[in-house]
Amino acid sequence: MVKVHFTSNLRRHVDCPVVDCEGATAREVLLQVFKTNERLQTYVLDDQGALRKHMRILVDGLAISDLEKQSDAVKPQSEIWVMQALSGG
Amino acid sequence: MAKRILVSTRKGLFEVVKGRGGWAVKDGHFLGDTITLALHDPRDGTDYAAFHHGHFGVKLHRRLKGKKWVEVTTPKYPEKPEGLVDLDGWGKPVKWSTQMIWALEPDGEGGLWCGTMPGGLFRSRDKGNTWEIMESLWRHPDRNKWLGGGADIPGMHSICVDSRDSKTVRVAVSCGGVWVTHDGGTTWAQTAHGMKFDQGPSSEIESPDGQDPHMMVQSPSEPDKFWVQHHAGIFKSVNGAKKWTRVKAKPSSFGFGVVVHPKDADTAWFVPGIKDEKRIPVDGALVVTRTRDGGKTFKSLKKGLPQKNAYDVVFRHGLAIDETGDVLVMGSSTGNLWVSENQGDSWAQVSGTLPQIYAVRFAG
Repeated sequence: MVKVHFTSNLRRHVDCPVVDCEGATAREVLLQVFKTNERLQTYVLDDQGALRKHMRILVDGLAISDLEKQSDAVKPQSEIWVMQALSGG
Repeated sequence: MAKRILVSTRKGLFEVVKGRGGWAVKDGHFLGDTITLALHDPRDGTDYAAFHHGHFGVKLHRRLKGKKWVEVTTPKYPEKPEGLVDLDGWGKPVKWSTQMIWALEPDGEGGLWCGTMPGGLFRSRDKGNTWEIMESLWRHPDRNKWLGGGADIPGMHSICVDSRDSKTVRVAVSCGGVWVTHDGGTTWAQTAHGMKFDQGPSSEIESPDGQDPHMMVQSPSEPDKFWVQHHAGIFKSVNGAKKWTRVKAKPSSFGFGVVVHPKDADTAWFVPGIKDEKRIPVDGALVVTRTRDGGKTFKSLKKGLPQKNAYDVVFRHGLAIDETGDVLVMGSSTGNLWVSENQGDSWAQVSGTLPQIYAVRFAG
């Protein structure tokens, strides 16, 4: 199972504990998560399903390269982190 | 007379109420989060707050009367057709995604209108639980002439529902002119004729589709009369926004916000600044200008406002008037909030330490 983590910054807005899911790509895994948490999807992806501008998804420590469709492959035991770059004042 | 104000800021939503000691900041909600706009719907007492989470996108929250705030559905753009080349007036690709909620208004039929960046107009008939985009306007071929002005992308910031017929709606877009529908949104037509910029190619300065109305208001008492604070100055219409004429004010005709007296269409207020390349009060002195004769003359109102070292900018939604026409509120880019209870003759500072203020709205 792929383990998916979310940051505390995101959990401030929407409940999203660590979850185990299946899928061959980051997109497939995320859609599994969003199936039971539709609101979470709107925080991570935009209206067209692309990764939001300041969001990053790391698969086993490496940032995915397909920001539009998140087609990057994942392994059955991969670990995914959904993160964001906080900035501003 | 209004007793409550919703103040949307870069760092939260603040409720300002009038008590025995005068106006004061009472409650802060969503502290730390950016609230771009709020609406109090007088029909049922519901409050709405539009968020702009830099990283997590645009969101909408709702508080039914007597209840707690809850997140509801954010207007969502339809799936962009595969292969569609959709460019704005600058020639840049249009991203079909809600990037700002910039206008929220009751639709006159129990629902809501919502204007957004990059220019989509949405309607909800169930208090924000679901939204539908006005495809007729979004798919209008002239929408590709719209372009960003102060923001990078086009935005719809003003929605005027005609009090005589809710199927007649006029919207203003920066930069995309003014659009009108008389059939509830089935068809739309450009209606910014007469607006013009001061400089640019002759073919462009009067082109309605590229006009930059910063804010548009419709007179409740004479609905054929409109005021617009435009990028290049102040414009008015007396024939249902069919034709616009320019009026000039001192110390400047540049600004963002405008309000009209609810019972007198010829009385309107503006907050002037040095024109576009600077956007600060003239001589560091903040004033409000008021006309009582339809723009023939303007009076500068400054009592209670800082007249030295003031660099406040009042954004387009940063000026509001209550239903009596006596009480005005004004919030600035530097976190100053002022209220006037005598039509702007004098102002009292409510706070000088709020976060940057994006919008103010009376809330009953």
